[in-house]
Amino acid sequence: MTDHASAPPAIEARDFSFWYGERKTLHEVSIQIAPKAVTAIIGPSGCGKSTFLRCVNRMNDLVVDTRTEGELVVEGRAVYGSGLDLVAHRQRVGMVFQRPNPFPKSIYDNVAYGPALNALVPRRALPEVVERCLRRAALWDEVKDRLQAPATGLSGGQQQRLCIARALANEPSVLLMDEPCSALDPIATLKVEELIFELKQDYTIVIVTHNMQQAARVASRTGFFEAGRLVEMGETQQIFTAPRNERTEAYITGRFG
Amino acid sequence: MGRFGASFITTSTWDPVAGQFGAWPAIVGTLLTSLLALSMAVPLSLGVAIYLPEFAPGPIRRPVATVIELLAAIPSVVYGLWGIFVLIPFLTTWVYPFLEARLGFLPFFTGPVYGPSVLSASIILTVMIVPFIMSVSREVLLAVPSGQREAALALGATRWEAVSTAIVPYAKSGIIGAVILGLGRALGETMAVTMLIGNRHEVAASLFAPGYTMAAVIANEFADAAGGPIHESALILMALLLFGVTVLVNAIARLMIWRVSLGRGNT
Repeated sequence: MTDHASAPPAIEARDFSFWYGERKTLHEVSIQIAPKAVTAIIGPSGCGKSTFLRCVNRMNDLVVDTRTEGELVVEGRAVYGSGLDLVAHRQRVGMVFQRPNPFPKSIYDNVAYGPALNALVPRRALPEVVERCLRRAALWDEVKDRLQAPATGLSGGQQQRLCIARALANEPSVLLMDEPCSALDPIATLKVEELIFELKQDYTIVIVTHNMQQAARVASRTGFFEAGRLVEMGETQQIFTAPRNERTEAYITGRFG
Repeated sequence: MGRFGASFITTSTWDPVAGQFGAWPAIVGTLLTSLLALSMAVPLSLGVAIYLPEFAPGPIRRPVATVIELLAAIPSVVYGLWGIFVLIPFLTTWVYPFLEARLGFLPFFTGPVYGPSVLSASIILTVMIVPFIMSVSREVLLAVPSGQREAALALGATRWEAVSTAIVPYAKSGIIGAVILGLGRALGETMAVTMLIGNRHEVAASLFAPGYTMAAVIANEFADAAGGPIHESALILMALLLFGVTVLVNAIARLMIWRVSLGRGNT
C-alpha cells in the first residue's frame, strides 16, 4: 500500500485556498494524492470537500466571482496556471457527479460523446470504444441489446455506471467522483463500489463521500476535511482505527459537533 | 356556404359586388407572411435566448430580457402605426432599394416599391413574435438542469460546445414549442398586418407587392359587407378556413416534432 509513496503524486495542493466571493471555503489545503489508487475525502457537509474536488477540474469556473491562492498541480500542470489548456485538462480529468446526469441521447451517444467531441479516435473506431467502456463500467451485458435506447430510461444505478463509462471513454488518467452513490440504492451502490475497486489499477480516483463505510471499503488513503481545512490524511485503516487528530476521531466515531 | 364550392379556395378574384369570391390570395398571403416572419424570427430569437444567459455580461442580462419581453405587451395597433410611420419609410428608403440592387435577379425582389407590402408585413410580424419565441425558449434553456452543462464541460466541451451539444438538445422540444407558439400568433395576427400589407387580393411573385391575409380580409370587410349576405357568408367561410389552416399548420408542426423525437430515440 505504501509502494506509491515513492512515485510523484498525481494531484498535489500546496497551501491552496479558495474563495466564493468574500467567503473563504478552502484554507491553505496541502494534500498529496497518489497515482493509480483510490483516495477518499470525507467530512461533514459544507466542509469544502466538494469544492476541493471541483477545483481539480475547475468546475468552479461556472460560479462567478471566485479566486484562488496557493498551488494546485495535477500531473505536473498547474491547474490555475495561465498556460493551462482547460479543455485538454478536463479531458484528462474525468468527473462523475452526485446525481447521474446522462444526456437525453441514446446510450451509445452518451458514451461516444467525449471521444467524438475531442476527436480522440477516428469515427469508425467509436463503436469499439463504446463497447470497451461499457464493459469496463460493468454495464455492457445489461445494455448491449439496446444501445440506441434513450439513456434516461435506465435505472439510477445503471445511469451512474453509464456516466462512469462516459467519463472513461474520454481516456482520462484522473477520475473525480463527487458522492457518486448518494442517489443510489444499496445494491446499485455496491456495484459502483466494485467498479471503483476495479478501476483503481488504471486510474487515479478521488472520491468524495459522506459515507464512511464506503470510504473504508474502497479507498487506500483517506483525508478528513473540516471547515475548509484538511485535518488529517493517511492510510484508510489508520484513519479509521487510530486517528491521530481528535477531530477526526470525533467525526468517525459519530461524536461530532 | 356550399354555393362557393372549391373555387373559393382556388380562384383569385375577390369581387363582392360581382359576387365573386376567391380566397387564394389571402390564403397564400397568410402562409407567406407567417413563414417569412418565422424564418426571420427563429434565428434572431434563438440567438438572443442562447446569448443572453450563456455569454452576455452579467449586468445586461436582466434588462435586455425584460425589454424584449415588454415588446410582447405592446398592442398590435401600435405596432401597425409604428410600422407605417417608422418602419415603412426606413425600408423603402434604405432596405428595399438595396435588396433590389443586390438580389433583383430573383423575382421576389423586383417591381415597384410600394410601402405597404408582403415583406413589410412579414417584418412587423417578425418584430411581434420575437419576444414570444425568445422568452419562452429562454425559460426552457434556463430550466435545463445544471448537471447537463457540467457533464458536457467535464468531458472537455468548450462553452459553445456545451450549449450546442448538451443544453440546446436537452431543451429542443421546448424550443420547438416556443416556435409553434410564435407561428400561431403570426397566423392569427390581424391589426398590424392589415395596416402594413397593402390589402390587395392578388398573388404576386414580388415580396414588394401588396397582398392580403385571411385575418386582415375578415377584419377589413366584415363591418361593411358591401355584397350583402353572400359577402358575409364568404367572410365567415374565410374565418373557418383560417381556423382550418391554423389547425393544419400546427398539426404538421407537431407531426414534425413527433418524428424528430421518434427518429432520435428521445423521450
